[in-house]
Amino acid sequence: MTAIRPGSQPPTAAPDRTWWLIIVGIITSSLLMLTQEPTWRAALPGGIAKFLTNPLVGSLLLTLFLSNLLFAFRWKAAAWAKALVFFGSLFIILPWAGRDNTAIFDLAIQIGIFAALALGLNIVVGLAGLLDLGYIAFFAVGAYTWGIFGSGQFAKILGYFADNGGPVGGGLRYLLGGLLLTILGAVVMSIISKVKGKWNTGQRWANFLAIMGLVAGIIMSLRGVLILMSPQAQSLMSGVNPNFFWLFLVLALFAAASVGVIIGLPVLKLKGDYLAIITLGLGEVIRVLANNLSTYSNGSQGITPIVSPTVPFMNAIAGALGFSPDQYNLFFLYFLVIAIIAVIILANVRLDRSRIGRAWVAIREDEVAAQAMGVPLMQTKLIAFATGASFAGIMGVIFAAKQTFISPESFILTQSTSILSMVVLGGLGSIPGVILGAAIVTILNISLLPSLGEATAALKLPQQINPAQLQRLVFGTILVMMMLFRPEGMLPSARQQRLMHEDDDPSDNETPQDSLKHSAVEPAAEVYSPGTASIKDDQRTGGAR
Amino acid sequence: MDLSTLGPFLVGVITSGLVLGFVYAIIALGYTMVYGVLQLINFAHSEVFVTGAVVGFEIFRVLEPSPMNGYLKLLIALIAAMVASGMLNVIIERLAYRPLRNAPRLVPLITAIGVSLILQDVIRIIEGFQGRFDLTYKLPPAFNTNFCGADSSCEALGTALTKVGISLQIKEVIVVAVSLLSLALLNYLVNSTKLGRAIRAVAQDRVTAGLMGIDSNRIIALTFLIGGALGGISGVLFGMKFGTINAYSGFDPGIIAFTAAVLGGIGSIPGAVLGGLVLGVIQNLIGVTNVLGSILNIANLQAIDASYQRIGAFLVLVLILIFKPTGLLGRSNTEKV
Repeated sequence: MTAIRPGSQPPTAAPDRTWWLIIVGIITSSLLMLTQEPTWRAALPGGIAKFLTNPLVGSLLLTLFLSNLLFAFRWKAAAWAKALVFFGSLFIILPWAGRDNTAIFDLAIQIGIFAALALGLNIVVGLAGLLDLGYIAFFAVGAYTWGIFGSGQFAKILGYFADNGGPVGGGLRYLLGGLLLTILGAVVMSIISKVKGKWNTGQRWANFLAIMGLVAGIIMSLRGVLILMSPQAQSLMSGVNPNFFWLFLVLALFAAASVGVIIGLPVLKLKGDYLAIITLGLGEVIRVLANNLSTYSNGSQGITPIVSPTVPFMNAIAGALGFSPDQYNLFFLYFLVIAIIAVIILANVRLDRSRIGRAWVAIREDEVAAQAMGVPLMQTKLIAFATGASFAGIMGVIFAAKQTFISPESFILTQSTSILSMVVLGGLGSIPGVILGAAIVTILNISLLPSLGEATAALKLPQQINPAQLQRLVFGTILVMMMLFRPEGMLPSARQQRLMHEDDDPSDNETPQDSLKHSAVEPAAEVYSPGTASIKDDQRTGGAR
Repeated sequence: MDLSTLGPFLVGVITSGLVLGFVYAIIALGYTMVYGVLQLINFAHSEVFVTGAVVGFEIFRVLEPSPMNGYLKLLIALIAAMVASGMLNVIIERLAYRPLRNAPRLVPLITAIGVSLILQDVIRIIEGFQGRFDLTYKLPPAFNTNFCGADSSCEALGTALTKVGISLQIKEVIVVAVSLLSLALLNYLVNSTKLGRAIRAVAQDRVTAGLMGIDSNRIIALTFLIGGALGGISGVLFGMKFGTINAYSGFDPGIIAFTAAVLGGIGSIPGAVLGGLVLGVIQNLIGVTNVLGSILNIANLQAIDASYQRIGAFLVLVLILIFKPTGLLGRSNTEKV
């Protein structure tokens, strides 16, 4: 296995590109600033200015500028040049351009949010190999956690309970009864879980009933709390104090992680295809619930306005730099997102190399073998689910604060598939790849496709085929093309690269395309190939083992 | 409404649930057959089925002014939809799934999702060029009249049926008849022909089937053709039953039909039919829970409306997969097709 495989890094050292990096950085930055900075633009001759402010050109220039960050990360160059270009772009040029054009800030924050989501999904799909198509639900949990409390919605809920919940004293009874039921359910569950080996039907039902009791208990206690709190409705008319935002970041992390565990417990026994379809289903269930439980979520009208915290010294800095007051919020969120992304990347790198990270990869490669090596399957999968969910939960809070408006429409299935295509595009299991994938897909979605729509507006195409609405086609093509021609992604992780080219022995050198040609000429050959034989019987029934 | 009308009301709901169930059953067969040979959930099947529905719409639209017999139009629509969907399914298999036959299992699954997304937009764009998005079926007027209604030769039967709560339109009777016919044909094809035996052999063990001289690639392509043709039929039936479709309307019935296939035991033909019928009835019952709530005077039930139908299907899927993952009719060594 020492042979150099196609697609792996060439053995020759890459040339040093320090000066290239600096030059490219300066050119793209100045081009970006030319299009954004009004005084610079005014100095240009009219024709060029008009060309540069064309939405499509502007969007392409922005993309070019953002690829600086990638070059700084990938190219072989002196450390000082890398740091200069990377941090200069991130902390100076981008906020500067954002001051003149809020849409750039907006896009940068969106990329950050989706990069965090993609990193979270990467843990679930890329590392642990659990195809989760309902990932956006955890994002929704985070967004609604802050959305409800950071707006007048919570006061509305309390008002509803003040009107319909009966006397305030009754809340205490609900609370105590609920707690009792919760404890009972938990005790029964812990007794049943002690049983070794395969459960019989009776035990399964008992477990099911205990879970139901637990859930009912929790709901009852929450109802009790809401009734007890209902007299406070007036004082919360515009949401809780914005500074509780920080607390809710943490709360949303735990809320999303708990939802991950709750969804994960019943479904993680399933494998592959079944898991995909059931997570898709449960993701939709959460969206439909957000749509229908209008007492809590205000239904399809959504929640608005959602407050975001103010940090005095950030506002002071923004003010000193000449930002207008309505941009303070974005300025703060931009740096918050960068900080959180940094933490998430750090967590990902550490997890990737940790014991649990290796356990995830082991499960992805072969569940049975992993189990035989002593990896607790359920627990490890649940941790993957909860970790991925918690990233989505945090970003949900930021998303709610940034948009100031959330509705179930933001959490549709297309969002889940777009996050999946980010992960697949960048490379399953590869941290830089996933971030790159998130950047590309987000730029496509928010900047390139809409500007393409504007650019083609002159063609007077029917509204139904506006390029701005081609998300599905684009994501679908990304998914199919990547899977067919480069399943390891654009920036693959070393592990994944080896896995995807496992069959590339010199004797049996088949890429997917080759095997296509091969089978067309001599169809029977495929039958004898070792890959076919590896389909295990237990994968066919797919159910719980 | 009071309790005395509950009986006929329920009979009516269950009957229309069964009609819906037959449509789900035919869609579910497309999933179950492909799953049988490739162990792959063909996410693109919902779009294959929408393609059939769109082709059916176009045929009925083009033929609307012609004085042709309505049943002949239906026949043309069905055949055109079968050909279009079947060919589409074969092309999808050839381009997207066959190159990945030996890849890790996550890979073809993601490809299938991608194909499904692409087809949704392609269908939308094709119809969009003519300025259409929601396609409303232009059925021959006779199809929309009541089965055995007034002034027909079997009026007595119709009145008797209405008394017990069954009132069907002609098109719903057609849906059931076409479904039964295709089920019978499929049953014959799979169980009594050489092709069927080859399909079953490939489903059981592709390698051994290859050793016995079966060209598994050809059989898989033919299975996709049959599954796609069934998708085409179900598309036309779905369009007839619901009247309006669009490029994205494959998702819901697709998920429900997949649930039906799992409910009955994936890979099993009778299972898919049973699952479809059960889910059709469950769905219709959820859809009228608020009416039941008002009849039985239970306030909490009245809040449940048709938007919970999806949740119902998903809950059934979760419960089935947790408690009986092999499905109602599935055995651990199910005869797969």
